[in-house]
Amino acid sequence: MNLFTDALAWLFSPERLDGPYALPILLGQHLYYTIVSVLIAAAIAVPAGWIIGHTGRGREIAVAISGAARAIPSFGLMILLVLLLGVLRVPEAAIITFVILAIPSLLAGAYTGLEAIDRRTIDAARAVGMTGWQVFWRVELPLGLPLLVGGIRAALLQVIATVTIAAYVNLGGLGWPIIQGIPLQRFDQVLGGAILVALLALIADLLMALAQHAAVPTGIRVQQTRRVGGRARATASATA
Amino acid sequence: MTWVLDNLDLILALSVEHLRQSIIPIVLGLVLSLPLGWVAWRYQLVRGPIIVLTGLLYTIPSLALLILLPASLGYSATSPPNLIIALTIYAVAILVRSVADGLDSVDPAVRQSATAVGFGGARRFWTVDIPLAGPVILAGLRVTAVSTISLATVGILIGVENLGYLFTNGLQRRIIAEVFAGILAVVLIALVIDLLLVLLGRMMMPWTRATAATTTRRVIMPMRSAA
Repeated sequence: MNLFTDALAWLFSPERLDGPYALPILLGQHLYYTIVSVLIAAAIAVPAGWIIGHTGRGREIAVAISGAARAIPSFGLMILLVLLLGVLRVPEAAIITFVILAIPSLLAGAYTGLEAIDRRTIDAARAVGMTGWQVFWRVELPLGLPLLVGGIRAALLQVIATVTIAAYVNLGGLGWPIIQGIPLQRFDQVLGGAILVALLALIADLLMALAQHAAVPTGIRVQQTRRVGGRARATASATA
Repeated sequence: MTWVLDNLDLILALSVEHLRQSIIPIVLGLVLSLPLGWVAWRYQLVRGPIIVLTGLLYTIPSLALLILLPASLGYSATSPPNLIIALTIYAVAILVRSVADGLDSVDPAVRQSATAVGFGGARRFWTVDIPLAGPVILAGLRVTAVSTISLATVGILIGVENLGYLFTNGLQRRIIAEVFAGILAVVLIALVIDLLLVLLGRMMMPWTRATAATTTRRVIMPMRSAA
């Protein structure tokens, strides 16, 4: 495992804290682009997804958008936007790419969250006299939150992965040691960068998994464990 | 536009190479996921670890995985097999879950009926379980196919040539048409393969058309196409 000891030596060398490509700066850039892009995308996609989920209209459009978006290679889209906007506007081009990339997951998270709610719950809320807004704020939003957080989780990881590739258009970020090191055959730096990127993604995923768990309302959590237990018993008897 | 017409040969050659580099992981991913998904479904104890482990591999961004895998296993990073192995891992991560979920969706009463009329374990699996789990597996396979084809372009960053070459070359030479042609070719290939999978599904599972509404609902759930 000589490669890995070289990579660790590169990572923990004091030089990694110096200059314009110091690791804390690269990490800061990576987080900055990720968070800004996901926030912009959420500001657009979450209200749109809620409207689709609340009214039940426009679902086909949302499905079509998410399907088509998956086929578009984000790396190619980013380079196309860099060429269209000009080399001086690389950050803007990159952020537009990340926003486009994050929208489908967030949209799906927002509207499937509302769509998955039992219709009888909504009917009951209306029956006790709640207005449309109250149904949304006090019933649909809390019940749909876990799936929305799941959508944010997917979007966040997708953007973290794409920011890594964006080092190719000189955006900085933790992909920079990898992209810059490959042509120079500096494998200690390439592997060191890869380790950092993987760690960042795994930590972000873990934090979002915890958030997703915390987003489930307490009353629902009790109900779910009971249901899952029931299902496990059913399958066990079937396979026995 | 003239660039595209002058370079049709190049685009075609890269598309064929791109198709080769994506179809192998899609097929290999399905072949590996069927037994793995069955194990995860049959033995609830290992289901958690299998789903968590493949989920963690799926979480690692592609560029990092393309470096970490060859470094840990000791093969060359700059060769097509490296890209194919990484894409296969992503495919397995999506498909293991689809196979296990698909087997979950089979009505236990149907399975018991099959056993009652004398179907043995293997025969029941291939002729009852797999066809009934088919729609859910197909939904996962479509997601896998489209995201694999679009993700393969990242290969150019480690020196594996496919349609991604049109992106890096187009940026260096500032030819917008070249980059655009690359995106269009990738999207077209993805749509054609997706259509073929839908048609194949209809041929193999003619009864699903009646219940199409429930399957499209499932397609949108696994969202992320790791970049």
